[in-house]
Amino acid sequence: MTLTYAFGLDTFGDREGGADGTPLSHAQTIRNVVEEGVFAEQSGVDFFGIGEHHTDYFPMPAGDVALAAIAARTEKIRLGSAVTVLSSDDPVRVFQRYSTLDAISGGRAEVILGRGSSIESFPLFGYDLADYEDLFDEKATLFAELLKGGPVTWEGKTRAALLDQDVVPHLESGPFPAWIGVGGNPQSVIRAARLGFSLALAIIGGPPSRFAAYSELFRRALEKFGQPPRPVLVHSPGHVAPTDEQAKAEFWPRWRQVIALVAEERGFVIPTEASFDAEAGPDGALYVGSPETVANKIAANVRALGATRFDLKYGLPGLTHDQLMTTVELYGREVIPRVRELLG
Amino acid sequence: MRNKDRLAVLGAGHVGPVIARLAIAAGYPVAIATSGDPDDIALITELVIPGARPRWAGDAIADADIVVLAIPLHRFAELDPGRLAGKIVVDAMNYWPASDGVLTAFEDGGASSRGSSEIVARRLAGSAVVKALNHIGYHELEDRARPAGAPDRRAAGLAGDDPAAVAAVAELTSRLGYDPVRLGGLRAGRVLQPGGPVFGQVLTLPEFERAVHEEARSLR
Repeated sequence: MTLTYAFGLDTFGDREGGADGTPLSHAQTIRNVVEEGVFAEQSGVDFFGIGEHHTDYFPMPAGDVALAAIAARTEKIRLGSAVTVLSSDDPVRVFQRYSTLDAISGGRAEVILGRGSSIESFPLFGYDLADYEDLFDEKATLFAELLKGGPVTWEGKTRAALLDQDVVPHLESGPFPAWIGVGGNPQSVIRAARLGFSLALAIIGGPPSRFAAYSELFRRALEKFGQPPRPVLVHSPGHVAPTDEQAKAEFWPRWRQVIALVAEERGFVIPTEASFDAEAGPDGALYVGSPETVANKIAANVRALGATRFDLKYGLPGLTHDQLMTTVELYGREVIPRVRELLG
Repeated sequence: MRNKDRLAVLGAGHVGPVIARLAIAAGYPVAIATSGDPDDIALITELVIPGARPRWAGDAIADADIVVLAIPLHRFAELDPGRLAGKIVVDAMNYWPASDGVLTAFEDGGASSRGSSEIVARRLAGSAVVKALNHIGYHELEDRARPAGAPDRRAAGLAGDDPAAVAAVAELTSRLGYDPVRLGGLRAGRVLQPGGPVFGQVLTLPEFERAVHEEARSLR
């Protein structure tokens, strides 16, 4: 059997830096992300994803609007969220926004539902973080119903009930791909299988091989629930430059900076150069280096995890548009063909 | 040696399976339970925690010497204290409002003025509560575990009011892969909490002792 692989790029709308180091405006960052999405198609990337964030350093709360702009200027590239914070949103509205994107793009929309590292949307929209699990469970269940198309009847605690409700716009060619993002909780893997979603493994630290058991758990759980086989996606951060040295010189200082920023809110450990080198090495979760280095690592982990899709989360606050365009180009023109070659 | 201590791990999310795997590797008999039917975690147990036994929480607790709480703290109120009476209870949970939301019961007297394990212990009055295995991230907890005497072995702190329970959990900590550092009573366990000097850190024994010592001095 020949597996069909797909390779994507994800961004959080990381606020870009100017040549002189001063941050660009939110508006200019968003326009640059649209250019990067269009350029991703021209470079041969299969998917472009935008993660929902609500901060000064990730000013990207309405990624679906940016995706629609990219859709209007592209033909083939698939476009989706990475991730949509479903718990603090209305599943009906999420469905409507992405089915509209599906219409504009001629059937190229996708969603990844989850939380990511994003918690700021909860107070912003009046939700309690302590209710996270219950909100997600109920809303993902409703979203699975909406994806089936046709009138929906649903009742729960988190939004108004629906009685034989026709939700528009109708899907033109069946359900679009929908994934649940999982960061290491095996019960989330079971839930994705039970509700009929595909599995997106967000691996941002430590040896990726530890997630191999999750792919197998997903496969077995799909069988148990009588679901058809569904794909596994791996999402990890990284940066591609002409050489390993240049990639590290551009990425590492920004990585330390953004983790230090998030660490204050989330209690993350601030990385040292040694811990960074370990993460960027063969057994770590960061894909930072030359096209050859990054391609080798992607191929090895895609194989180890039984995945058929890999999404590189590129960009960091402060990196310049030029640096990111280089990453997009090298990833599309050199990394992806090399990974395909390695995977045979 | 308390070689025959039987473990019940409550929680099959991020943390529970990691502690269960380490305990199985260390030779402890391990049961794992959630608030629901053990059938619901049978697959998880088979593939992610091989060697553990999925059970109803009540049965797992009844047969255990040590019960590890690895559930989200906001679900703690659903536990029946009566069932845990007479047990050694390892509190591996954290009160971390920035990440998990504000819990009124744990805001008692202001979040910083009381340890979350002291509030847990007040509710579990019939149990010997030991705060342990809470301050190292679950990924690191597994990756950095090393046998006693290994040159790159790290330290993990614990605190509790019952000396026999503290001894049992110190041995558990050691056999799981960390040099146990006994900090004193539960109150002293506040240094292990989010915002404290060792939370999220994986330190050697001297580094750990220095970090805790400096914190104690700055509070004076």
